[in-house]
Amino acid sequence: MTQTSTDLSLMQANMFAFPRRHFISAADLNRPEAEQLLNLADSFVGLSRQKNKKLDLLKGRTVMNLFFENSTRTQSSFELAGKRLGADVVNMSPRSSSMSKGETLIDTAMTLNAMQPDLLVIRHASSGAAALLAQKVGCSVVNAGDGQHEHPTQALLDALSIRRAFGQVEGLTVAICGDVAHSRVARSNVAMLQTLGARVRLVGPPTLMPSGVDRWGVELFHDMRQGIAGCDLVMMLRLQLERMNGAFVPSMREYFRFYGLDREKLAKAAPHVRVMHPGPMNRGVEIDSEVADDPKISLIQDQVEMGVAARMAVLASLSARLDNA
Amino acid sequence: MAAFNAASAQPCAFINARLVDPESGYDGVGALVVSKGVIADVIHRPSFDTLSEDLRVIDCNGAMLAPGLIDLRVKTGEPGAETKETLKSAARAAAAGGVTSIVVQPDTDPAVDDPSMVDFILRRARDIELVHVYPAGAATKDLGGERMAELGLMRDAGAVYFTDADRSIVNSKVLQRLLTYAKAFGTLISHRPADPWLSQGTVVTSSEFAGRMGLSGQPTIAERIMLERDLALVELTGGRLLVDQITCADALQSLARAKAKGLPVYASVSINHLSFNTLDIGDYRTFYKLNPPLRSEDDRQAVIEALASGLIDVVVSAHAPAPAEDKRLPFDEATPGAVGLETLLPALLGLYHDGRLPLVDLMRTVTLAPAKLLGLSAGRLTPGSPADLVLCDLGAPVVINADNLISKSKNSPFDGRRLQGQVLMTLVDGRIVHQIEP
Repeated sequence: MTQTSTDLSLMQANMFAFPRRHFISAADLNRPEAEQLLNLADSFVGLSRQKNKKLDLLKGRTVMNLFFENSTRTQSSFELAGKRLGADVVNMSPRSSSMSKGETLIDTAMTLNAMQPDLLVIRHASSGAAALLAQKVGCSVVNAGDGQHEHPTQALLDALSIRRAFGQVEGLTVAICGDVAHSRVARSNVAMLQTLGARVRLVGPPTLMPSGVDRWGVELFHDMRQGIAGCDLVMMLRLQLERMNGAFVPSMREYFRFYGLDREKLAKAAPHVRVMHPGPMNRGVEIDSEVADDPKISLIQDQVEMGVAARMAVLASLSARLDNA
Repeated sequence: MAAFNAASAQPCAFINARLVDPESGYDGVGALVVSKGVIADVIHRPSFDTLSEDLRVIDCNGAMLAPGLIDLRVKTGEPGAETKETLKSAARAAAAGGVTSIVVQPDTDPAVDDPSMVDFILRRARDIELVHVYPAGAATKDLGGERMAELGLMRDAGAVYFTDADRSIVNSKVLQRLLTYAKAFGTLISHRPADPWLSQGTVVTSSEFAGRMGLSGQPTIAERIMLERDLALVELTGGRLLVDQITCADALQSLARAKAKGLPVYASVSINHLSFNTLDIGDYRTFYKLNPPLRSEDDRQAVIEALASGLIDVVVSAHAPAPAEDKRLPFDEATPGAVGLETLLPALLGLYHDGRLPLVDLMRTVTLAPAKLLGLSAGRLTPGSPADLVLCDLGAPVVINADNLISKSKNSPFDGRRLQGQVLMTLVDGRIVHQIEP
């Protein structure tokens, strides 16, 4: 019980006036906001490790998870985050709603909005879907991934994992490798890491780089060995298998040869290098199991754990703002 | 097309006008008499020495009196999607915008790909009796891009040019034959140049902005590649081609080379591509989702320059009504297009107010130039030509409010914009079809 009370006071110390109604994009955050969210998230980590994991910060609040794309890990992470903060959590997925009957996103959202949720967590296959929803509903909207645009809570949990592993994000050199063009995780991470003062490199074949990436303020590499040379962190991205049949890269084996992360390529990085992956992994395609499963190198399990804490921080901050509104 | 019941219109005299006549190049003080549906007299003095008693005298107080606008690219929803726009609502919107002739696109449901459909559009337009409505016929059956439609029969029925509208004709052989066949009838083929593979599935133009927003982009060379092919086919066949909505600097270079060779090639640009760039999309605003998509600011400046130099011949509204349910969607899923009939003139006048084009040259792109392409006698202030006129207060400020638009669909990218230029009166064949109370 003493443990819990310590945690509570720590959390209260870390609560801050989050100035935004929605959490749509990591690019929107300034550095103090990002740091404060990370501090708050950090204080939730201990809570999740003890027997009594429940708080009442969101008591009485309703969180709706509206997932138009399947995602076991993100959805359950948000669900646990909401429940551990004491909220009522409802999960909606398109198959069980009327989206398949031709109802539009806005109609669905307006219907749900009329049920007075406090927080709406949305994942959708179209870029901008979360921003569109935020314009139309009265509650707070959390973006859990919109098309190829952003996945800001992923960037937050990644930054939390990095901060806990390295002490700080500032000054680290991070290589983000793989399918940057189609990755919302990459966009959110570039924004978050740059805000927190890291140097960002993007590594991948030119066909998987977005247009205008030369103006993102990153270093661009098409040779993976050069790209991860001396890096503190290597962040791998998932490559959709359908993009590997000649559409963007010629084949799986060719991709792994040049851009798959194995021990040999990783040897070019700094000796203390750590490896991350947002999951789910394509083992043997973008990452070798030997690397992914090495606890001395891999932060992948930490990322999943930090996911719940990071999402708790987002939900708690938005809810606190609703309290004060 | 037959004049609308012109005899019933009262003859009138416009005095103290700023006459703008693209044919003579005159821009200055003047007066004009309309009688029996045609322009009866034009003088370059404030008023006539004597005016007959039965004339209604309209004092223009220095407002611009110019030929009514001829808009070569208007979509309605009739037949098939009347909730978006009917011929009647489009005609009323046109009249309110000073547009006296519209060419409606064939991509309706069913498509205007045979003479009976051309006839249907013309009969509907006659019943409406507002502005001139000219159908464009489909170039290929069902707009399928494979089998040639009945160009000759449709031309005789009243189709003014042929196009597959938004769809590019991918099969080079089909376009080659269309250009060759149309040449025999002296008719115009309009074609939208967009490489199908580079533009497939894209919703914006490739750019840093598109990359950051996670929107799939097409490179502007998608337009240039297809245009280069089209121009080569024109060189081969000698057929007349209207390049439908040229939008980027890349493609303009190709067009300039073709025109320098003397090929029978003409080009249009939409008012949207003259007014906005891709950054206007901002936070996924679907009213700025267009086809072709908005380009960079450099491209916008290039098309304005090309319009000023005469490389681009015609400005169109690219009126494409889409109701709220087609626009209030995630950007990927929203229907592209914008309404434009009512905002075309004030938006275009921005280029005059900004000093980019002299007024008479600017007005030529929406009057005489399209009239010449279609072989119409309108579009000029010559005695004997139809009294299709617009009276416009050039300096009057207007704030566009989409809710007040006459179009059934309110998808205007100009919503909330401040423009200059208020249409005071529109005449078609001497009849007043729109007038605002003083």
